[in-house]
Amino acid sequence: MSEQTTTAAATGPSPAPAGGPARGASARAGLAGILSGSVGRNLGLVVALLLLVIVGAITAPDTFLGVSNMLTVLRQASIIGVISIGMTLVIIAGGIDLSVGSVLGLASVVATLAAVQDLVDQTHWIFMVLIALGVGLGAGLINGIVIAYGKVVAFMATLAMLVAARGLAEILAERRTLVVGDRGFVSALNQDLLGVDILIWIFALVAIGGWVLLNRTTFGRRTVAIGGNREAARLAGIDVRRHTMWLYAIAGLCAGIAAVMMLGRTTAGTSTHGQLLELDAIAAVVVGGTLLVGGRGTVTGTVFGVLIFATLSNVFVQNNLSSSVQAVAKGVIIVIAVLLQQRFAKPTGRAS
Amino acid sequence: MTKAFAGVQALRGVDLQVLPGEVHCILGQNGAGKSTLIKTLAGVHRPDEGEILWMGESVDIPTPEAALELGIATMYQELDVVDGLTIAENIFLGHELARGGFTRRSEAAARTRELLKRLGHGRLSPHTEVGRLSAANKQIVSMARALSHDIKLIIMDEPSAVLDAEEVKNLFGVVRELTAAGIAVIYITHRLEEIRQIGDRITVLKDGRSTASGLPVAETPTRELITRMTGREVENVFPPAVPVPGEAPVVLEVEDLGLAGVFRDVSFSVRAGEIVGLAGLVGSGRSEILETVYGARRATAGTVRVGGRPLRRGSVVSAVSAGVGLSPEERKSQGLVLDEPIFVNVTLSSMSRFAKAGFLDERAERRAAEEQIAALELRPANPDRPAMTLSGGNQQKILLARWLVHGTRVLLLDEPTRGVDVGARAEIYGLIRRLAAAGNAIVIVSSEIEEVLGLADTVLVVADGQVLTTLPASQIDEHGVLDLVMKGTAA
Repeated sequence: MSEQTTTAAATGPSPAPAGGPARGASARAGLAGILSGSVGRNLGLVVALLLLVIVGAITAPDTFLGVSNMLTVLRQASIIGVISIGMTLVIIAGGIDLSVGSVLGLASVVATLAAVQDLVDQTHWIFMVLIALGVGLGAGLINGIVIAYGKVVAFMATLAMLVAARGLAEILAERRTLVVGDRGFVSALNQDLLGVDILIWIFALVAIGGWVLLNRTTFGRRTVAIGGNREAARLAGIDVRRHTMWLYAIAGLCAGIAAVMMLGRTTAGTSTHGQLLELDAIAAVVVGGTLLVGGRGTVTGTVFGVLIFATLSNVFVQNNLSSSVQAVAKGVIIVIAVLLQQRFAKPTGRAS
Repeated sequence: MTKAFAGVQALRGVDLQVLPGEVHCILGQNGAGKSTLIKTLAGVHRPDEGEILWMGESVDIPTPEAALELGIATMYQELDVVDGLTIAENIFLGHELARGGFTRRSEAAARTRELLKRLGHGRLSPHTEVGRLSAANKQIVSMARALSHDIKLIIMDEPSAVLDAEEVKNLFGVVRELTAAGIAVIYITHRLEEIRQIGDRITVLKDGRSTASGLPVAETPTRELITRMTGREVENVFPPAVPVPGEAPVVLEVEDLGLAGVFRDVSFSVRAGEIVGLAGLVGSGRSEILETVYGARRATAGTVRVGGRPLRRGSVVSAVSAGVGLSPEERKSQGLVLDEPIFVNVTLSSMSRFAKAGFLDERAERRAAEEQIAALELRPANPDRPAMTLSGGNQQKILLARWLVHGTRVLLLDEPTRGVDVGARAEIYGLIRRLAAAGNAIVIVSSEIEEVLGLADTVLVVADGQVLTTLPASQIDEHGVLDLVMKGTAA
């Protein structure tokens, strides 16, 4: 083994056999060293995004690079983006939330029910917003309580919520589309601020909020600690269960925010809103470099992940390619991203 | 005949020679390298140095399949049977009897019946789902699977751990039949009395080395075995004890504490500045007692009081806020967030103190960590280094630093020097003493009886989940403890 390799891999005694192949390891260790840092991983994402932009600029030179097209990309990224920020926190803590798309649909339906619309007519459209947020938060809290205190595996608990929330939305909406009657709400969510859509501003605010929460607060630190080593966090005196509950509440709240945005964009609530959004969100989070096993991840990476998928789909639309081709490309990107992660992520010395 | 001289990271020089038809016992504490040794023989790990001779020839065992081909089968501690399959399906898992891709169920059943009968369990049906069997019967299935190959050596990793007395007797009967047929058995355990009953020869491991190799069981006194197992390299490095002033207040009171099925009726109290040690062998319940005091396990009986106020059962949060800190047995899996930097690990229990309205002041955290790094001589002295990259001794210092920053009144230290080299041990001992002198009530658990006696003011001797006696450390020596433990375990 070369000197370089030993220093790069100086991670204390590991139970793994050390007799493995050492050839070419030093060169790879150097590259891995750069790419496994958070800067490096985001750098890779920037490069990927730039490549997509270049492809777009070459294949659709007239339309792709214009400001209005860029804003279209961002607008399309905004709803899935908000969902993905909540998802990032949950996944960093070692969890998963499959219910966000359904909760979005449910919140959009509840907020547009006749009773709510009546209330809004008599008072102010802000109540429509608050009710959508409340539904999201409430569903998230239920997820959190079932997972943290009921000790149900997150995958199953949120899968149950996925099915149940969608069903409840169908019952409440009686499978109809509920049109938003309040003009104030619709125009408020479709206006510009400094030439940029309100939806994009909302995404930006949620992303900044998520970043601050993750990187600057005790809440974020605990999230990373729980994802990195749940037992150590518990033995250090962190109330892991309560924290877990709030994480899912935040994911639900993000789904509620996304529901408001969806109502603004489509001017109607329906039980089919947000279908399969959870999978897009998970894909964006993972492509953004967050480890599915928890302990490591960034909000910035997730924003890039969302932008990469939104740009990809825009490039395909500009070139009149079908959404089926687009889906195949998406799948390929996900696999490549995960393969790269496994290659370059440092082995964690977690005891087995 | 096999001979291994292995040098895997967890092993540093092991000599082992096994003869056909013998029961060769391997004795050692947790972490002594027993599991690594058997994994090396089973083809899971490969040795860095040394060689394995099999039937007189040097062999390489790259995979578990290769081990089976040679005739070496392994029964792991965590039984590796598939609950959802039947007994017959488990036994022929990986080498199914099949023709053209279709399993030959009746032949598999017949051969399974034969194997079970050979193991004295002819009444088990080959078609029973394994998930519905008791632990003892699962072990039989595991053994039958080993025998379904043409094996010459079977390695059993603590097979008695999950069995009751009657089942152990049955197990021994099976082992004797195997050896009568010329099969060699490597039997791993930390129960001395079993070695007396079943073993022919014995190899003792400590810290990855064999401290005794191939001793005849019948001629080796138990005391010698224990001495070789616990070792004595820690002699004379303990700082002098400081007498605890008689008027020092009692800080920690444990009263009739119990955990169903593990330990019961544990009572003791610790005064400020006092170090209380729990001495006992692996499996005596010492770590569980510590974890239950801390609330990491929910007590089923009794109370724990700190400064006179009872702690909520099963609540680590309550213990920590009362000023209790635990340095857990498994530093890496229970103590540290390995990917995170030193300072994050140091402030993990007290981060709210470094935050205003939930916003962390990382600069203050780093400063606090740097202070501890300087005070504890933690290396490397860089608060941003991931905890993963530190040596065992320095990782231990991170945990001590965590509780120093938090400010504790009671410190529970479980195996504070496991995996720590001799030089760093002396430092840790000095630190523990300083923490006591600063007024902490300290409870320490260690596999090294010498260490407990060297550090503690008061010693509780624990065996089989019971406190046998409580007395000043000055009134007992290692042999005294071992005599008590052996009597207690035999009772």
